[in-house]
Amino acid sequence: MGVFDIFPARASAAAGNVDALYAFLLVVGIGMTAIIFFFVFLFAVKYRRRNADDPAPRAIHGSLPLEIAWSVAPFLIMLVMFAWGAKLYFDNYTPPLRDTFDVYVTGKQWMWKVQYPTGQREINELHVPTGRPVKLILASEDVIHSFYIPAFRLKHDVVPGSYQTYWFEPTKPGRYRIFCAEYCGTNHSDMGGWVTVMDPHDFAEWLTGGTGGSMKEQGEKLFQQYGCVTCHVTDREGRSPSLLNIFGKPVVLDDGRTVLADEAYIRESILNPNAKIVKGYKRDIMPVFQGQINEEGLLQLMVYIKSLSPPVSAGKESSK
Amino acid sequence: MSTMLPFAQIEARPNYLNVDYGWKSWLFTTDHKRIALLYLFSITAFFFVGGAFAVGMRLNLLTPDGLFAHDTYNKLFTMHGIIMVFFFLVPSIPATLGNFLIPIMVGARDLAFPRINLLSWYLYIIGGVIALAAIAQGGVDTGWTFYAPFSSTYSNTHVILTAIGVFVSGFSSILTGLNFIVTVHTMRAPGMTWGRLPLFVWGHYATSLIQVLGTPVIAITLVLLGLERILHAGIFDPALGGDPVLFQHLFWFYSHPAVYIMILPGMAVISEIVACFSRKAIFGYTFVAISSIAIAVLGFLVWGHHLFVAGQSMYASVVFSFLSFLVAIPSAIKVFNWTATMYKGSISYETPMLYAFGFIGLFTMGGLTGLFLATLAIDVHVTDTYFVIAHFHYVMVGGMVMAYMGGIHFWFPKISGRMYPENWARFAALIVFVGFNLTFFPQFILGYQGMPRRYAHYPPEFQVLNVMSTAGASILAVGYVLPMIYLAWAWRKGPKAPQNPWNAKGLEWEQSPTPPPTFNFETQPVVTEPAYNYSGEEEEVQRG
Repeated sequence: MGVFDIFPARASAAAGNVDALYAFLLVVGIGMTAIIFFFVFLFAVKYRRRNADDPAPRAIHGSLPLEIAWSVAPFLIMLVMFAWGAKLYFDNYTPPLRDTFDVYVTGKQWMWKVQYPTGQREINELHVPTGRPVKLILASEDVIHSFYIPAFRLKHDVVPGSYQTYWFEPTKPGRYRIFCAEYCGTNHSDMGGWVTVMDPHDFAEWLTGGTGGSMKEQGEKLFQQYGCVTCHVTDREGRSPSLLNIFGKPVVLDDGRTVLADEAYIRESILNPNAKIVKGYKRDIMPVFQGQINEEGLLQLMVYIKSLSPPVSAGKESSK
Repeated sequence: MSTMLPFAQIEARPNYLNVDYGWKSWLFTTDHKRIALLYLFSITAFFFVGGAFAVGMRLNLLTPDGLFAHDTYNKLFTMHGIIMVFFFLVPSIPATLGNFLIPIMVGARDLAFPRINLLSWYLYIIGGVIALAAIAQGGVDTGWTFYAPFSSTYSNTHVILTAIGVFVSGFSSILTGLNFIVTVHTMRAPGMTWGRLPLFVWGHYATSLIQVLGTPVIAITLVLLGLERILHAGIFDPALGGDPVLFQHLFWFYSHPAVYIMILPGMAVISEIVACFSRKAIFGYTFVAISSIAIAVLGFLVWGHHLFVAGQSMYASVVFSFLSFLVAIPSAIKVFNWTATMYKGSISYETPMLYAFGFIGLFTMGGLTGLFLATLAIDVHVTDTYFVIAHFHYVMVGGMVMAYMGGIHFWFPKISGRMYPENWARFAALIVFVGFNLTFFPQFILGYQGMPRRYAHYPPEFQVLNVMSTAGASILAVGYVLPMIYLAWAWRKGPKAPQNPWNAKGLEWEQSPTPPPTFNFETQPVVTEPAYNYSGEEEEVQRG
């Protein structure tokens, strides 16, 4: 990237779209600025006072057609910016429902801890393959952080007490900076790292580099350790709902609402089970795990619970 | 303080400066003009304190590895923001020029509640001293936005003391707003109809509405933050069952409208200056007046555009994005009308007009880059980067501070009874314009390249643009120190000002002596013509 480059490197499918929209706004913005500057400059020179005792010019009190024109015309242009920006926002912020490569990222003062379903862990480094959607599930151990990769043109705050998702489709192999974009205390400016985008073959090789126990295995261990297994048996007759095949499916609650069993729902149901009770089950059966399990443990449990819902046939459907 | 004021030298005729001497006559005054001067000196002091922090920041950013420790830098940007926002920008034009001029412009002898006016200055000073005490004890490092749970649980600095300072000074802002609203409603001179009010008054009226309705919300938010920090109330910290995003909603519910508290008075000043130095009535008076009210109302509905990446509902984001575009329209209307006012005018280039040119140009750029931030998908990339820093400095410094400087020069003869050196002033205005652009324009590029804000250290590829920015800041500093020097000189030694040096319209120039006596007018003013009647039309005209 050159010092004065208007556009930094583009490495995600979203980057080109954001840049196109930005270019549109630049053209409109520079055009509008030029028009204002032109008229201010023109009038300032053309109508300058030549003699101190020039008579005052005739008053011009206004023009309703002009007022309407210069209110409506900018509004119409802004409608384009609004609609284009909103459409792209939904595209860039709504992860595909299936076939994403999921990576679990925990922010804490002042590092990004990354773990893959296969068990590898990294700090301030993230490896992803080109050509398929990658979904990061973001959690924070302490304060609000913000996960930001300029080359992807995407950022998302990482809010403690909730999961946020950050998805992208890497397009160009290379190493790009990760920043924390939300001020988080002393070493905020050092809370960064690198994302390495690799072609799928290299990535597969990297991924099989091997570690002890996959994330799922670690999660399964926790599932036993915390006694989840005693109630969440896999048939329908237990005291608590079965966890088989629930992930990504709608769940009917006892108050009649229907929610999607996504990461955020599962997290809430572990930490505060009484928040949403599945229809037909009683409250106050399951202990509250708020403050009992750390964020990394939660993510490992999450991977295990997700593994109980086998992926739907090699589908290609996405949320869009 | 009394030694700074050379009122002994203006002896021709009793006026508000020479009517009484000694520190008591200032510290216990209820004269809105003297209170305006108390504010002028205090906010100038805070401006230079806040500016000193900015100098520290720019020095630190000369090199990627920084000059200061991380914590020091974090405190520098926090205190720069807090001082500049709460102790300079919010009171700046309303508390000084507004305080001085609004009673005179509507033809009254003082504000509606002169003692409350004095109280508001004392509250401002108490709040300011508390904030300075927090700084003296080591400062605060939360950012001026005080985001929880960092501020409520994790920061080990003087969060509570600083918040108390901001809390107290907020009441000063509420009382000033209240005073203006009541004054404009009840104390207008005979003939001063709403349709004849100077646009300066309209702008301040809109500002006052926000101050009265918005400021209590930041007060409540800071109280909740204190409860959370001291008593662990569990409002914002998720570990205690709270919601950190709730803090952001509450904070921006005040702090976005507060942005309009910080720009509407600037727009109000520009309307006066452009009309005077074009010798023409403001084009589209009604539209400029109503657009101030529209900004005040719409400004309350856009706070959520600070939360596009914070995890708020995407549908909420879409609504806030749309409303944010909407609030741009009344600002655009003002710029178009000022430009049209110059059409077929008789334009001269005295210093206030140079600042008005600067305002129109820089505010246009600040406003248009606001559209980038209202555009959802672009905001996701540039929020919390230097793009945002550049954008709001174009509005706050390029807009508001330019207008403030323009206004101070425009009404300096009225306030002091003396003229400032015109060529020095033009030179300083030029320096400010050049220094400002060199400081902040590179930050737009830095922002889109991805440099996050509030970074004590940064990757080396961003250095060149940062060095340019620091170079610009040193030029800008000269541009701000120069007027301090020549205005202080002019106050003592400048040539005596004539009654109406700019041949301007308005009660303050035409019917109130320069400098004004304590009760502003020698006889009850009566208004017989519309505002800005530079062409001397006999009949009231229907405005379009």
